[in-house]
Amino acid sequence: MTLLSVQDLHVTFGTADGAVRAVQGVSFDVEPGETVAIVGESGSGKSVTANSLLRLNFGADVRIDGRILLEGRDILAMDETQIRSVRGREVAMIFQDPLTALNPFYTVGHQIAEAFAIHHPGTPKRELRKIALESLNKVGIPEPSKRIDQYPHEFSGGMRQRIVIAIALVNSPKLLIADEPTTALDVTVQAQILELIAQMQAEHGSAVILITHDLGVVAEITERVMVMYAGRVVESASVADTFLTPTHPYTRGLLKSVKSLDAGRHERLESIPGIPPSLINLPSGCPFHPRCAYAESLGGRCETETPALHLVGSSRSACHLPDERLLGLLGGGV
Amino acid sequence: MSETFILEARALRKYFPTGASKMLQRPTDLVRAVDDVSFGLRRGSTLAIVGESGCGKTTLGRLLARLIEPTAGSVVLDGVDLTAASARELLELRRDIQLVFQDPYACLNPRHSIGQSIGTPIRIQKTLDKAAEKARVRELMELVGLNPEHYNRFPHEFSGGQRQRAGIARALALQPKVIIADEPVSALDVSIQSQILNLMEDLQTSLGLSYVFVAHDLSVVRHIADEVAVMYLGKIVEIGDPESVYGRTAHPYTKALLSAVPVADPRRAAGRQRIVLTGDVPSPVNPPSGCRFRTRCPKAAERCAAEEPVLSARSGDQPSGHRVACHFPE
Repeated sequence: MTLLSVQDLHVTFGTADGAVRAVQGVSFDVEPGETVAIVGESGSGKSVTANSLLRLNFGADVRIDGRILLEGRDILAMDETQIRSVRGREVAMIFQDPLTALNPFYTVGHQIAEAFAIHHPGTPKRELRKIALESLNKVGIPEPSKRIDQYPHEFSGGMRQRIVIAIALVNSPKLLIADEPTTALDVTVQAQILELIAQMQAEHGSAVILITHDLGVVAEITERVMVMYAGRVVESASVADTFLTPTHPYTRGLLKSVKSLDAGRHERLESIPGIPPSLINLPSGCPFHPRCAYAESLGGRCETETPALHLVGSSRSACHLPDERLLGLLGGGV
Repeated sequence: MSETFILEARALRKYFPTGASKMLQRPTDLVRAVDDVSFGLRRGSTLAIVGESGCGKTTLGRLLARLIEPTAGSVVLDGVDLTAASARELLELRRDIQLVFQDPYACLNPRHSIGQSIGTPIRIQKTLDKAAEKARVRELMELVGLNPEHYNRFPHEFSGGQRQRAGIARALALQPKVIIADEPVSALDVSIQSQILNLMEDLQTSLGLSYVFVAHDLSVVRHIADEVAVMYLGKIVEIGDPESVYGRTAHPYTKALLSAVPVADPRRAAGRQRIVLTGDVPSPVNPPSGCRFRTRCPKAAERCAAEEPVLSARSGDQPSGHRVACHFPE
């Protein structure tokens, strides 16, 4: 059975300046044990999508439409009690900044135990401590019996992220959402954390949705990639197809902007011109057309008609270009 | 020496006393943020300083522009000792050395229009009158790819990349010789990073600028550096041209840093051996004895605890710019 099925998700925030259409018609499925990456730049809607999965988009003026089915049950239709039993137990989340994700007033042992106790009321204290200790050990915290009684400020950034992962995994969730889990960390620590997530996933059999802006991180640990731009999915493909035969000009641009260790001295980077659009004032037609080098060749169609996701080769792409041009994007010039 | 080097650091040190011990009235502990660092920046070239958080790269950048006073050592800008200059002389010298900061949100005054912000150095240095300042700012905006008609707009009306362009325009306002850029692209989106890096390269060529580029990311540096210095706990552990540092890596720390960079290619990501360092960077208050990297180094031996390695050419190598501080280089 499909673990998670998101169908035609729309999220709109009302602001003083007008409606911000953060997510527009996003649909995707996640199978049990699978790793899916959602890639995009700031404002692409990737974090809003992730937060919607647990209904964490709160505020006075949010509108969420569509369906989010977790093993067939619609998360958007649940009452507060039902959604609370999903959060942290069936679906857990790792956030970008481990310092703000932890409560500075409680020991890390307390916080891990709390995450377990909420879903297992009546667990004896001694048992809870044992579980917290085991979790710390599993995520590679040295001297767990000493560290369990320490506070978040006594840990380094990488260690804090390990603790956040321990909290997320203490209930063996079916789905783990990791929102930029390594962005705030140094590269050598990032490598450690990515390894840990992969290892924990293998152990618990959880599915993982990895939200990131870093294509390097994607290539390291995921199987499937969705690329988002201005609130829409513009490409959805296997990780190999995404990198070897990208089928959307935006994906191509992202790949070309990745810096390479093999580059020559002063080798020029290809870049996407312009800036991402305002979500209040989206361009007509394809939201990428003002920055797209290919739009002109289609004679105005991109400005009037929003392309829908459709099958191109083995990928799905939302672009008006004919298939053969999309499949040759990396090789050919513009 | 000073003819080839536009900027030199000579045995620079910066020790910060730690606050807490002051209250206890015992000799304060010192954070050795920068500990005996020397290098030269060649005219018209880019030196990249790379390292993880806490390695001292930002402190080093601030020392080079004398935003903070060094504990020891000196900085020589085009033959003049910055560290010996009086406050008045320094004001004049600073025309030649300007900074670009990491956070394009924090580095612009939200109450000043973008044009005012870019013109600030000109007003401080009183190099131009009001009308000429305005004209110069418009010229600068055009140079960095901003629309001069947006002179009166405020920072919140611009995107991160545009603000970073404004930060660069401000640094260029006094026609400096050297620009210290502290992580100028790390707060930006990937597609925008490339725009800014290309802009900095173009400006270097057209204006003959020299850059000190501080970064934590070895892959960004690969595209722009003529020389790369890798720092760890306040010291340079390896320095050389990029072909040597990337191609014939000598220090185990540099090796680990390179192997930790995620590769955006699933075929290669699957095939390669990665060196994952254990643990975190030790505290710079109590750095390990001998080689500071030895506590995380896969090659550490007894000698590493006893004796601090000196930055020198690898034995067997032709003497070149490529130097490493390791007892057992690769």
